[in-house]
Amino acid sequence: MGETITFWVLAVVSVAAALGLVLSRKAVYCALMLGVVMGSLAVLYAVQEAPFLAAVQIIVYTGAVMMLFLFVLMLVGVDSTDSLVETIKGQRFWAIVAGLGFAALLALAIGNVAFVRPTGLGGATSQYGGNVQGLAQLIFTRHVFAFEVASALLITAALAAMVLAHRERAKAKPTQKDLARARFAGPHPTPLPGPGVYARHNANDMPALLPDGTVSELSVNRIIARHDVQEGRLPEDPRLAEAIRQAVEVEEESK
Amino acid sequence: MTTHYLVLSALLFAIGAVGVLVRRNAIVIFMCVELMLNACNLAFVTFARQHGNLDGQLIAFFVMVVAAAEVVVGLAIIVTIFRTRRSASVDDANLLKY
Repeated sequence: MGETITFWVLAVVSVAAALGLVLSRKAVYCALMLGVVMGSLAVLYAVQEAPFLAAVQIIVYTGAVMMLFLFVLMLVGVDSTDSLVETIKGQRFWAIVAGLGFAALLALAIGNVAFVRPTGLGGATSQYGGNVQGLAQLIFTRHVFAFEVASALLITAALAAMVLAHRERAKAKPTQKDLARARFAGPHPTPLPGPGVYARHNANDMPALLPDGTVSELSVNRIIARHDVQEGRLPEDPRLAEAIRQAVEVEEESK
Repeated sequence: MTTHYLVLSALLFAIGAVGVLVRRNAIVIFMCVELMLNACNLAFVTFARQHGNLDGQLIAFFVMVVAAAEVVVGLAIIVTIFRTRRSASVDDANLLKY
C-alpha cells in the first residue's frame, strides 16, 4: 500500500516535471525540472529495493551532473531562450505526433505482457549480505573488466573536457610594466574624474563639474549613460544632459 | 506494480524524445537526453526486481557512469561551440567547420 501511494505521487510529479522540462522557455527552469525528475526517480529506486542506486542517483545526477549543467548555463548565458522560428516546416507538430505514437507503442507493448508478482531481490542479496555487497560482488568479479574500462572512460572524459575547454592565449598577458607604460602613453595618466555634482546630486550617473565650471563627460560611466539615454532619464540641466549624450557617442565610436 | 513502473519509464522516455526533437537550445536537448537515460535506468531497476536478479541494477550503475562521462564531454563541446559562434542554438551549428 505504501509503495502504491509513493508511486502515484512520484509518477505524477515526475511526468509533470518532465513536461515542464520540454515546455518551459527558460533553460534554468528546464534544469530545475530535470532536478525534480531525478530526485523522484531516486526515491522510486529506493522503493524498488535499490538503495545503492538511489544514493548514486542523488550524488551523481542531482549533485554532480546538475551542477555541471548549471555552471554551463551560467557560462553560455542564462537568458539564451529558444527561438520560436521553425527551421524545418511542421517539425514541432510531427515531433509531437511521433512522440505520442512512440509512447502509445511502448505502453501497448507493456500492457500486453502479464507480469507475475515481482520475485523481489531478497534472495539475490541475502546470499551476499545486502544490496551493496551483492553489487560489489558482481562488479569486482564477473564484470571487473567492464569496471576497468569504465575507469578508463572516466579518465578519458576528464582529459577530453580539459582539452576542449582549454583556450590558448593569442598574445602574452600584459605585465604590470606594460600596463603602466600604456597608461602614461595614453591621454589620461591620472584617474578619470569621479561622477556626481556633490552640491546638487550625488548620483553615479551625474557628470562631474570640473574646477573651472565645465562639465566633464569623462566622469560618466558609459554603460549607465547608455541606459539613461535609452530610457530618457537625462538631467534637466542641458549641459549635464549633453555630457551624458557625448559619453554614449564616445563609447559607440570606440566600438 | 511492474507494469506501472514500466509505463512511467516509457512515458518519461517519450517525453525526453519529444524534447530532443522540439527544442533548439543545445543544453536543453542535452537535458532531455539525460531524461531518456534516467527513464531507461528506471526500467532496468524494475526488471531487476521483477526477475530477482541484481544484473539490472548493475547495468543501471554502468549507465550512470557512462552518462556522467558523456555529460562532461558534451558540455565541453557546447562551451567550445559557444565560444566560436556566440550561440548555443543547434540551428546555428549546422556546419562542422568554420
